[in-house]
Amino acid sequence: MMDFTEPVTWVASILGLAIATSGFIVVTSKNLIHAALGLVGALAGTAGLFLVLSAEFVAWVLVLVYIGAVLVLFLFGIMITRAPVGYDVDLDNDRKVIAAVGAGSLFILTSFAALDSFGDTALLGIGDPTSTGDLADALLGRFVLPFELVSFVLLAALIGGITVARKDATPIAVGETEE
Amino acid sequence: MRIMIDSVVEFLQGNFWALTALKLVAILTLIPVSGLAIGFAELKLSAKMQNRVGPYFAGGRWGWAQLLADGIKFIQKEDIIPADADRPVFRWAPALVMVSAVGLFVVIPFWDGGAVADLSIGIFYVLAISSISTIGILMAGWSSANKYSLMGGLRAAGQLIAYELPMVLAVIGVVIMAGTMSLSGIVKAQADFSLFGWSGFGDQPIANFISPFFILQFVGFLIFFISALAELSRIPFDMPIAESELVTGYLTEYSGFRFLFFFLAEFSNMFTMSAIAATLFLGGYLGPFVDVAPWLGPLYLVTKIGVLCFLMIWFRWTFPRFREDQLQSVAWKVLVPLGLANIVVTAIFKVVM
Repeated sequence: MMDFTEPVTWVASILGLAIATSGFIVVTSKNLIHAALGLVGALAGTAGLFLVLSAEFVAWVLVLVYIGAVLVLFLFGIMITRAPVGYDVDLDNDRKVIAAVGAGSLFILTSFAALDSFGDTALLGIGDPTSTGDLADALLGRFVLPFELVSFVLLAALIGGITVARKDATPIAVGETEE
Repeated sequence: MRIMIDSVVEFLQGNFWALTALKLVAILTLIPVSGLAIGFAELKLSAKMQNRVGPYFAGGRWGWAQLLADGIKFIQKEDIIPADADRPVFRWAPALVMVSAVGLFVVIPFWDGGAVADLSIGIFYVLAISSISTIGILMAGWSSANKYSLMGGLRAAGQLIAYELPMVLAVIGVVIMAGTMSLSGIVKAQADFSLFGWSGFGDQPIANFISPFFILQFVGFLIFFISALAELSRIPFDMPIAESELVTGYLTEYSGFRFLFFFLAEFSNMFTMSAIAATLFLGGYLGPFVDVAPWLGPLYLVTKIGVLCFLMIWFRWTFPRFREDQLQSVAWKVLVPLGLANIVVTAIFKVVM
């Protein structure tokens, strides 16, 4: 089980605690920006956990894609629409209980899955990071099909975005007025 | 004396934490030093370009102590936080910008093996850590509770996202050529480069003054340099801190040492971005005779950084500011397609070579 003589266990535990605290802020904060910044903290903590597990590449992908792009877009969207400094009163909604039950059962499910597959495995020190060459071989070798499928989904999303955003090119017929 | 140095080196090599502490101290002194040096160069060069004298009295000669005096002035100033501001977010924003500035220094190889941490994903780490500052800028813009600051923050975020993409695309060209993402690996790849079996660029100490990547990835270098200018919010891309439109945008409400943080981060980011451009495209610490005299390496790197910083300062005082829509169309309609074309051509070239 947890071996607290290993420094790495302490690091992992503190990171886990920080992630849980940030997650709590995300859910309970009465200010949208604070909630989004809590999400930044949670993702940064997750990246830290990946570093502890010597998955360097995944950790920095998390930082680059989620903190550097997705959350910047989140914050951008919130700030450009509604972002008062201070506290909102109507951020809660009626489906609180259902959401809590859903999140709780998901937590129990993933905990059981993790315990079932790893059980008593202890983290003993930090190993060497996976070399990018091995990672590339795995992505473009064994996992090439899921990799391509994901990029296909992204392409579809991109085309969808452009279709929604583009101006309609058909000219207005004579006699019609633009409403 | 020599025995003393040897024993210190031996102690540091055996002691991980002492070595790490020493490296941290080195970075933390390099940030203000590089910031002050580039800031002072900017003052003097802008004065030259505008036919002025520039700072003159501070320090007795050439005004060399002008920025030191400014720094002391900033520290003495009252730390004002606007009444309506969101205090914790306002306080933490400059720190986040500084984290990204410090983090960038970690992977730069100043000589062979002379990086604080030689990560195998080096350049990817650079792109990731430099994107953190966007969050800090958005936080600063929003928490100031000021329309101009919010507009500045939003402009900065839009600009940084738009130019992140061409920068990544430009880097991919170099990564394909070098076959590695590690910054020291990229430098070594430039030394060992051979073109169709002809290694004329590499082994000769004179010839490696010009990096093969500068010639073969010239388009990538241009894209990277333009994107770096935009990421640093320097003229002609300084809409987020445009003083005539937005009263310097997200910096409006900052004063004292929090402003100093933004100021230092800007100039040290100039240094690191130039260092990374020099490492990727100009051969980093390589240069004539560096294989016989390794101590020349840092000097070459600093010279290359100086040239790039001079270019940035030159652009700043000679170009007018872009318009916001022009800035976005340059990124999405010119730089991104150009970067994609560069990747395709480089990949074909790599396979043929």
